Amino acid sequence: MNFGSTSPLTLCVLLLASWCLVGLAGMARPLSLAFVGRTLFPLGAVLGVALAVVAAMSLTHGTEQLVLPIGLPDLPAHLRLDALSGVFLILLGAASAGISIFAAGYFRQGEGTAPGLLCLQYHLFLASMGFVLLADDAYAFMLAWETMALSSYFLVTTQHRIPEIRRAGFLYLVMAHLGAIAILLSFGILQGGSWHFTFDAMRAAHLHANWATPAFCLALLGFGAKAGLVPVHVWLPEAHPAAPSPVSALMSGVMLEIALYGMIRVSFDLLGQPLWWWGLLPLSLGLFSALYGVVFAAAQTDMKRLLAYSSIENIGIMFTGLGLAIVFTGVGMRAAAALTLIAVMYHALNHAFMKSLLFLGTGAVLHATGERNLGRLGGLIHRMPWVAWLTLIGVLAVAGLPPLNGFVSEWLLLQSFLLSYKVPHPFINMLLPLGAALLALAAALAGYVMVKFFGVIFLGQPRESTLQQAHDAGFAERLGLTWLALGCVLLGFFPTTVISRFSIVTKQLALGELPSSNAPWWLLVPIPERESSYAPLVFFAVILAVVTLATISVRFFYHQRMRRVAPWDCGFGGLTSRMQDTAEGFGQPIRHLFQPLFFIVRELPTPFDAKPKYRLEIGDRIWRALYQPLGPLVRRVADKVAWLQQGRIATYLLYSFVTLVVLLALML
Amino acid sequence: MKIVDWIVQLMGIALALAAAPVFLGWVNQCRAWLQNRSAPSILQPYRGIRKLFHKDAVIAENASRLFRLAPYVVFGAMVAAAAVIPSVATRLPITRAADAIALVGLLATARVFLSLAAMDIGTAFGTLGARREMMIGFLAEPALLVVIFVVSLTSATTALPIIAERLSAQTFVLNPSLAFTAVAFTMVLLAENARIPVDNPATHLELTMIHEALLLEYSARHLALMEWAAALKLFNYACIGFAVFIPWGIATSDAPLGLTLSVVLLGAKLAIAGAGLAFIETVSAKLRVFRAPEFLATAFLFAVLGLLVRLLLGA
Repeated sequence: MNFGSTSPLTLCVLLLASWCLVGLAGMARPLSLAFVGRTLFPLGAVLGVALAVVAAMSLTHGTEQLVLPIGLPDLPAHLRLDALSGVFLILLGAASAGISIFAAGYFRQGEGTAPGLLCLQYHLFLASMGFVLLADDAYAFMLAWETMALSSYFLVTTQHRIPEIRRAGFLYLVMAHLGAIAILLSFGILQGGSWHFTFDAMRAAHLHANWATPAFCLALLGFGAKAGLVPVHVWLPEAHPAAPSPVSALMSGVMLEIALYGMIRVSFDLLGQPLWWWGLLPLSLGLFSALYGVVFAAAQTDMKRLLAYSSIENIGIMFTGLGLAIVFTGVGMRAAAALTLIAVMYHALNHAFMKSLLFLGTGAVLHATGERNLGRLGGLIHRMPWVAWLTLIGVLAVAGLPPLNGFVSEWLLLQSFLLSYKVPHPFINMLLPLGAALLALAAALAGYVMVKFFGVIFLGQPRESTLQQAHDAGFAERLGLTWLALGCVLLGFFPTTVISRFSIVTKQLALGELPSSNAPWWLLVPIPERESSYAPLVFFAVILAVVTLATISVRFFYHQRMRRVAPWDCGFGGLTSRMQDTAEGFGQPIRHLFQPLFFIVRELPTPFDAKPKYRLEIGDRIWRALYQPLGPLVRRVADKVAWLQQGRIATYLLYSFVTLVVLLALML
Repeated sequence: MKIVDWIVQLMGIALALAAAPVFLGWVNQCRAWLQNRSAPSILQPYRGIRKLFHKDAVIAENASRLFRLAPYVVFGAMVAAAAVIPSVATRLPITRAADAIALVGLLATARVFLSLAAMDIGTAFGTLGARREMMIGFLAEPALLVVIFVVSLTSATTALPIIAERLSAQTFVLNPSLAFTAVAFTMVLLAENARIPVDNPATHLELTMIHEALLLEYSARHLALMEWAAALKLFNYACIGFAVFIPWGIATSDAPLGLTLSVVLLGAKLAIAGAGLAFIETVSAKLRVFRAPEFLATAFLFAVLGLLVRLLLGA
């Protein structure tokens, strides 16, 4: 693709800068919802599409660098666009386009932050994520990273008058900064004594394993905290429900993947050749996160919390793949590593579409009903058919069902797991295939969670009479949902096309390419000699053909008489919506089976209660074991340290004197 | 692809559609004999389906389109699965569209639609059934996948036709890992097809029913499609088992003689498998619903054991 005189990198920078401008334009008329909603958010969406297109074109364009003289004196911002950045820029642009269009119709008057300010925060958030992807030195990276954290903090606390939301935002801010410190320290090690913080210097610095290992672990902690890897996931189930739905969609669908990008960048690019056993860390943490997330998702009663836990599951799957790719790279199985990394990036792209779709779906439900609690929803497929059917696509995709996109990446990941028995380390090569079994368990549980999610919200009878007044989403919201649903379908139907583009990334990262196969374009054959193949289009065509034939022949050979009657009530009469399974009830088998993971408080009624009451509270054991003791611990340490503060000037002078003496002794 | 291949492919699908109810009838017949009852005709499932097609559909007032769409999707998924599984011949046009993992995904799609449809009316039984079905599903699916992993380690592929070809080309040895996985597979088959000890296809007892609870609101043509799909599912599972554990005799080319032989052998295998299934169902007792996870966890562990044996001993 010929861009004429402008390079794709310049175009990307211009587009990101225009996002900032769109945000600033919002401040011109901060209280005008019509201006922000009808003009600025659609404009942001158009910029998103343009960014995705430019990034897609740039994939074949080679690596490109740019030095912008902004920032501190002598510290210009280095930018770089390679295929890895390109893939994630596509993700950012394409997913945010759908979310922005939805947001254009979503925000209402009087919801916390003024619309203009919200527009500024929203577009700054988008632009900062873009700059994280383009940054090529530690300063620019951290600047963009922190802007991303802060703008998203303000977006989370849009409804800042509610104390729980302020609390959730604060927790998010603390965890974001914990992560940022870890990343900063990791960069500090990665520069390897050259004291140049450009990524080029880090690539050139060949670290000794004793230095590289802590750098890797710090990066894992930092990026893991942003991505929501267990055990640093605690902010995620709090912040996602607190944020407005388009923001939850952006955070879950895009920001978590940006953290994954950071991890890929550090492990495969900056660190050079990763050691194979590093991979076991993200692999095991990822598998644990996947299972933990999905089990907790099954037990939730708040629809956005359920999705937040499901995001933890998906992040777990991605980190599992990342770990596996590192193991493969470390032992020199380059083709397998390339396949695994492609599966990870594919899953990131899928997750951006499918999880955003679901979060936006909950947003539409929330606006129509004012309810987030699954126990007060139900039967919305009749009142909100557009939202219901589009969400169903997202639900099937997240559940990992063919022929939609969620299945493709899981399939690729399982295929690469099946190669792991060739890893030349005893015991490890036996444990790794078991990881595939756990992954399969997590994927199957995701199906359970998604049936619960969709069934309880959209199917059955309305659990509250107010739901009869629910209305379907507006035009802009439908458009946003349709865009994302279309993404899910296309990514599911044309995997070969996507993968052949992705293999440029692995080539640039010196992982090698996927072996070329002579399979036709509709058939996905990742490893030719294994002959495992998948053709979603054929698949879909067969199902469609059978459905059509069956429908036609039933109509033709028999009749289409149908009567509508009341549902079967066993002859007792009086079937009410209260007799349906609740969200708690639907999660009960999971709670029962995975009891040790949960912290459960349960109050059961006795037969003699005048007003029987049932209360169930599900807590996170990790929160209670790791985080709750932290507060008292800090307080106790602070109490001890407070002894130093004697409040007399003579004491403080003594401290200064002692410090000077110690320093002098060290110098001499 | 040659025209002949497509003809064979379509005949294979037609055979599956036709044979599935007969296979179910055969299992029911064997079960009746073993239980000293007079057996229904082997064609009884056909008669049931035909009767249902003639009836007027009765649908709940608040049923959505999803409820009416689901039987077609479930049926379509099962037919697609039948097209993919190498029951008669291995080299057919559609068999490449899905490997064994995608096949498991296809069966999961059918399950999810079935469960969603059951939740659509909003009665206690429907949601109860959906919950139980999904519980069985999420336990059975990983067990089935591990079975496939073990087989794929033995044959270096996950494509079922190639598995069948490579395994049948080997000389017969009693493979310990395959023995473990065969046990696991049988347990998964029982659970997934709503057979005793996990579910009882013959009762509508609310405390225990799973599959029947899902279908409670269906009638007439929709129910007929669901019943036919259930029969196809049993047939498909049996054929997956044959392709993996007793692959001998599946035609690898489209020579008429080989195909005929293959069909005859398939019939023989089905007859034996059906009798075996009836025997298992007769000698075992129905488990409480909450023992079902233990049953499936055992299946999962058997499969994992097979995996470990395979990796440790390489056999």
